[in-house]
Amino acid sequence: MQLSAFTNLAFGMVCAPLLQGIINRTKALIAGRTGQPLLQTYHDIYKNLRKGAVYSTTTSWLFRAGPIVGLATALIALAVVPANGCAAPLAFTGDLLLFAYVLGLGRFFTVLAALDTGSSFEGMGASREVFFSALAEPALLLGLATVARKTGTLSLTELIAVTSVNSPELVLVLAALLIVFLCENARIPFDDPTTHLELTMIHEVMVLDHSGPDFGFIQYGAALKAWVLGSLIIGILLPAFENSWPLSLVSLLGGMFGLAVLVGLIESGMARLRLLRVPQLLVAAGALSVFAFMLVLR
Amino acid sequence: MTAYIEILMMLLILFDMALLGVSRLRTCITVSSLQGMLLGVFTVFGHTHGITLRILLIAAATFLLKGFVFPRLLRRSIREANAGNELEPYVGYSMSVIAGLVMLGAALWLGARLPLSSAIGIPLVVPAALTTFFTGLFLIIARKNALTQCLGYIILENGIYVIGVAAVVEIPVLVELGILLDASVAVLVMGVAIYHINREFDHIETDRLDTLKG
Repeated sequence: MQLSAFTNLAFGMVCAPLLQGIINRTKALIAGRTGQPLLQTYHDIYKNLRKGAVYSTTTSWLFRAGPIVGLATALIALAVVPANGCAAPLAFTGDLLLFAYVLGLGRFFTVLAALDTGSSFEGMGASREVFFSALAEPALLLGLATVARKTGTLSLTELIAVTSVNSPELVLVLAALLIVFLCENARIPFDDPTTHLELTMIHEVMVLDHSGPDFGFIQYGAALKAWVLGSLIIGILLPAFENSWPLSLVSLLGGMFGLAVLVGLIESGMARLRLLRVPQLLVAAGALSVFAFMLVLR
Repeated sequence: MTAYIEILMMLLILFDMALLGVSRLRTCITVSSLQGMLLGVFTVFGHTHGITLRILLIAAATFLLKGFVFPRLLRRSIREANAGNELEPYVGYSMSVIAGLVMLGAALWLGARLPLSSAIGIPLVVPAALTTFFTGLFLIIARKNALTQCLGYIILENGIYVIGVAAVVEIPVLVELGILLDASVAVLVMGVAIYHINREFDHIETDRLDTLKG
């Protein structure tokens, strides 16, 4: 275990909420507003951590477990994904499956916590979240399978160390992963993070009843999830700097900045899709992954 | 060069998938026009023989006919028939894309077994052509709108054309241009027919035409 691996972990933990700030700033700039401060997410998380939590009497331990498991799984995922060539602390053969399903576990507990409140809004949100993630999962896994087959390794650290976009299959995979990124992080066109109408929310509605530190955990967990999925995309997109971890961290940060700006541009450029259309877009992402997988299999 | 042609073929397949997944007639026509332009480019580079005046002529004709003339005729048909923009599928859009992937799998499997593939030398050409061919057939079967029948025919012809360009280089220019002319006349006739069908029955849904049989 090297020091650089932990630098990578600490780097992710510190920088993750910044992503949200860059997205919001991009959107604000395009709309001609000043926008919220770049570090707003940090302030929000800090504010929530200082507050006390309110628990409904109808909820059980599941409700309290939801945010904690959500944050824990996001941290595990962060430990699995390398920072663009800088080895991950938890690297082993087959860790890409752990990566996909540890995020799934976190989602499962968020959904359970939402159902535990007995609120019909949260039930609807949970139903949508599960439906969409069931469609996003094949796209993510087949995308990863394509890259694994192409590089001949099942470990994310080795996989990201050797890939850069040098074949059309990887472009297809990246397109699919970008759609998965938007879906998993509840961004437009799947979900509008700024909406205030519970009926149309997906992710936000599931966490309506959480308060105080729990909500802070959820916000931080969401930021970490965006960071790990983003660093997966950046890792595949950019060539890795295996020998120098400062360089790899800088390239990761640069890539993340680009990705956040891209997400901001997408969000400024389009409205969220009708709920009926969302599965179609996810099927399209799945189709891209399957197509890429077929191409590397032949 | 092979790598670039592979990318062209991948784009061709992606356009097929887009045609299967898109729900609007106008978008479908735009995609088919892009596919037509791609075929024009493919005509120039998609074979091992040198670029001659003959090939440039065919490429230009393909590019213009498939990329601009056909879409224009189809759009005019929509306007004249006051056809709705929805495709009204028998098979849903997501299902169609999945069917498209199955067709792609079948095409890859077939392509690996046909002696034609090794003769052409670029492995993805035959599967891409077959997928395009199947997509055309699928569009003809799985959509109600009569204009999609015409669109499906164009896509099907695109598939045949790809194999034609890559494999059979020695077809005289007159024959190739003749085929293009045939296709354009077919589009034109179909446009007129749709116009008349619409005038007579107030709609162009093919599933209701079978009540006509005596």
